[in-house]
Formats: sequence, C-alpha cells, structure tokens
Amino acid sequence: MSDDTRKHGDAQRPLDEVALSARLRRLGDQLEIERASKASGSSPGASASSDRTAMARGLRLSSELVAGVLVGAGLGWLIDRGLGISPWGLIVFMLLGFVAGIVNVMRAAGLSSGPGDRGN
Amino acid sequence: MADPIHQFQIVKLFTVAKLGGTEIAFTNSAAFMFTVVAAVSIFLIATTGERALVPGRLQSVSEITYEFVAGMLKDSAGEAGMKFFPFVFSLFVFVLIANLFGMIPFAFTVTSHIIVTFALAMLVFLTVTIYGFMRHGAHFLRVFVPSGVPMYVLPLVVLIELISFLSRPISHSVRLFANMLAGHITLKVFAGFVAGLLGAGAALAPLSILPLAMVVALTALEFLIAFLQAYVFAILTCIYLNDALHPGH
Repeated sequence: MSDDTRKHGDAQRPLDEVALSARLRRLGDQLEIERASKASGSSPGASASSDRTAMARGLRLSSELVAGVLVGAGLGWLIDRGLGISPWGLIVFMLLGFVAGIVNVMRAAGLSSGPGDRGN
Repeated sequence: MADPIHQFQIVKLFTVAKLGGTEIAFTNSAAFMFTVVAAVSIFLIATTGERALVPGRLQSVSEITYEFVAGMLKDSAGEAGMKFFPFVFSLFVFVLIANLFGMIPFAFTVTSHIIVTFALAMLVFLTVTIYGFMRHGAHFLRVFVPSGVPMYVLPLVVLIELISFLSRPISHSVRLFANMLAGHITLKVFAGFVAGLLGAGAALAPLSILPLAMVVALTALEFLIAFLQAYVFAILTCIYLNDALHPGH
C-alpha cells in the first residue's frame, strides 16, 4: 500500500512541477502586464487623492494661489527696480501672478494636469 | 493658559563659530535635525546589516520604505527617475521622521519652521533647474511652452508658466510648514482648554472632557498628517523631477 502511493507520488511530481512553473510564469506575465499598464495609466501629476483631510486640501490650494501672486508681485517689483518703470511692472506682473496662481490651483485640484494638457 | 506658540521657539544651545559679525549658533532646531538624521541612519544600518533573504520585522520596515519610495518615484518620473532615488528617499525619510519626532511631547518640530522647509524646497527646485539645463540645454525651456497654444497668446502663456514654475518652491515649502504649524497650534490650544476648564471651578470642570476627547482625536489626525505631508512633499519632488527628466510633456 505504502509502496504503491510512493510510486504514484513519484510519477505525479514532475507533472506537478511543470504545472507549478507554468502557473508561476503565467502569474509573472500577468504581473508584468499589470505593472506596465499601471505605469502608463497613471499620469504624472495625478496626486489629487493624496490629500485626505480637508485642512490639508485647503492649505494646499491656498498656498498654491498665494505662491503665484507672491512670485508675480516679487518679479514685478524687481523689474520696477531694475528698469525704473514703477509701478507698471508691479501692476502687470501681479495680475500675471494671479493668473499663474489660478493655474497652480487648477493643477493642484486635478482639473488640469500640466502644461500641454488643458482642462481635461 | 499656556502659550500655543511657545513650542516653536528657537533656543540657542551653544555657539559654534563667529563669522564676521554673524554668530553661528547650535540651536534646538539643529539638535533635532541631527537627532533625526542619526536616528534614521542608525535604524537603517542596523536593520539592513543582517541582509536576511527572508526579512525579519525591522528589516521589513526598511524594505517597505524602500519599495514605497521607489514605487512612487517610478510612477511619477519613470525608470530614469531612479537616479534620483537617494535624493528623494533622504528627503522623504527626513521629513517623515522630523514630523513624527514633533509628535513626541516636549519635542521640537523641525518642519514647523518655514526656513527649514523652504531650504528643502529650494534644494529640490535648484536640482530640477540645474539638472534640467545640464541634461537638455535650451530644450529644458520647453517646460514653459505648452503644446497646442496659438501663437498670439503664447508670450502671455509662457510668462504665466514661468511665474507658475518660480512659485513652486514657495507652495512646496508653505504646504508642509503650514500643516505642521497649524496642527501643532490646534493641539496646544485644545489642550489649553482642558487646563482652563479644570481651573474654572467645579461647575465647569466636567466639561473639560470635551476638549480632551478632541485632543485625542487631533493627535491621531496629526500622525496621519505627519505621514501625509511627508508623502506629499516627496511626490511633488518626484513630479518636479519628472519635468527635469522629460521636459515638454
């Protein structure tokens, strides 16, 4: 009885190993496909799901807007100082900075994911 | 009531050197930064030293951190981004552990000072800019030129993109700093309410359980934010590095 089962087991083992390695290969292929589709599917810049708490989201969006306005105003001020055309540089660049801030906010909110990809 | 801002005070521990009229002091902030770096280094070296094929618990922690950062970097910047792995990993772990150290009572939160986060953000910004120009030369300027924009608005759009690019280090640093600062002040204010209500007399003392419950909930939230903000800081770094690696899309 025990002899019989061992013989049976010996005959079965190569088959098992073949099946196992086939399954492993199939799994590996599937993983590879999954990885490739994940890499191409998730566009860089999609981090909208990363801020969970409302405060984190609020601070994030407001900091984007304020940063745009501040940098625009700073650039305008520097241009005014450099070219002596005060206050026109400040006025123009602060408005541009406001626009840049809005662009930043839209990107941060995931409404537009980056340059060259408008509004979708 | 306890002063909620007091926890952010910089205290001079000793003077390192004097350059001209400027004193270079070793402060509690610097001490905590050194502590963070030492803690991370010791932990990583000690846990990966064994190099077991089947990792133990602590080695798993190191390996999961590695996998996490590597996955994040590959997802946002592609395989080519892996050459920046040490940079992103260091930033992520430094910010994360500095945030978590701040959660220890009486500890100093390094990342709640804007100069620290701004220095980190400028490091990222300069790396992106310098590497972008080194690798792509003038082609790096395509970052400012979105495709499919009509010629007559292009100058305006380029200016806006330029301002948007220059504003990155500010929003990058303010986000981390503001979250840590606001969170720690909120914690302290609610904790102050507990003490205030307890001291206000027998009638009001039972009410102190309400802010106490709030403090417990906020502490949990703060741990989440500590991790989340480190993650956001690192993922933004990855996205910016992606611009340096593949400008123009």
